[in-house]
Amino acid sequence: MADEVPFEFLHMELVAHIHNTSTKEENDTCIAKLESLGYRVGLSLIERFTKDCSRFKDELDMMKFICKDFWNLVYKKQIDNLRTNHQGVYVLQDNKFRFLTQLSNGKQYMEAAPKYLAFPCGLIRGALCSLGINCIVTAEVSAMPACKFQIQIQRL
Amino acid sequence: MSNMAVCVAVIAKENYPLFIKTTPTDNELQFYYTVHTSLDVVEEKISSVGKNANDLRELYLGLLYPTEDYKVYGYVTNTKVKFVVVVESSNTSLRDNEIRTMFKRLHGAYVDMLSNPFYNPGENIVSRKFENVVMGMMKQD
Repeated sequence: MADEVPFEFLHMELVAHIHNTSTKEENDTCIAKLESLGYRVGLSLIERFTKDCSRFKDELDMMKFICKDFWNLVYKKQIDNLRTNHQGVYVLQDNKFRFLTQLSNGKQYMEAAPKYLAFPCGLIRGALCSLGINCIVTAEVSAMPACKFQIQIQRL
Repeated sequence: MSNMAVCVAVIAKENYPLFIKTTPTDNELQFYYTVHTSLDVVEEKISSVGKNANDLRELYLGLLYPTEDYKVYGYVTNTKVKFVVVVESSNTSLRDNEIRTMFKRLHGAYVDMLSNPFYNPGENIVSRKFENVVMGMMKQD
C-alpha cells in the first residue's frame, strides 16, 4: 500500500513547485508544462509496461490496456467506466481519482482541480502516442473526487 | 567459438535508425543495406496482425529472411520500435530461443535507456550502458 504514497506526494510537490515558481498570469503555461512532463513520463512508462504484453489487436484493445493495466500500475485501481462513440471519442471515468482524494469533496476547491489533472492527461496522451494513437486528452470534474478523461483521437 | 550477432540495429517508429552497431568489417555498409531491406519484411509481418486469428501476437517476429551468409531476425515492440539482429548463417549454436532471449535483453536495455530523463525520445541512442548490452550480444562467449 505504501509505495504509491511517495508518488502522490511527488506529484503534489511537482504541482506546487511549478505554480510557485511562476506568476499568477502564467497559469496556462503551468498547465502546459505539467502536461508535457506527463507526456514524457507516459512515453517511458508505456514502453516498460508493454514489454511483456502480446501485440495489441486494435485501438479498443489499447484503450482497455490503459484502463486496466496502465491505470492499475500507476494509480493502483482500474478505470470504473469506459465509453466510446466508436468514432474516435473515448471517455474514461474514474469515480475516485487518486490525485483528487486529498481535496475536499465539496465545491470549495473546484477551480484547483485542473492543475492536478494536467499531468495525468499528459500521461495518457504520451502513452497513446507511443502506441501510435495521436489524440487530445482533456479532463472534467463535476463532483470531487470523480473525474472523466475524454480522449479525442486525431485522424489524418 | 563463433561470434554471436554481427549486427544489431534499433529502428524508430518512423523507420529511421536510432542505433546501429556492427562488428568491425570492411563492408559495414552492407549491413546497413541488410537492415534497411529487412524493414519491408517487418512491415509485412506486423500489418497482418489482427486479420486472422492464428497470427503471431508475440513481439518476437522470428527469422525475417536468410541470405547466403547471414540470417536476419526481427522484433517489434508494442510502440513499433524495431530491433534487427543479423547473425552469420554458419553459426549453428544460436537457436530460436537464444535469439528470443537476446531480443528480450535488448528490449530491457532499451526500456532502461528510454527511462533516462535526459534522453529525448527519437534521438540517436548514445547511452554507454545500452551500448555495453549490445556489445555483450556481439561478443563471443
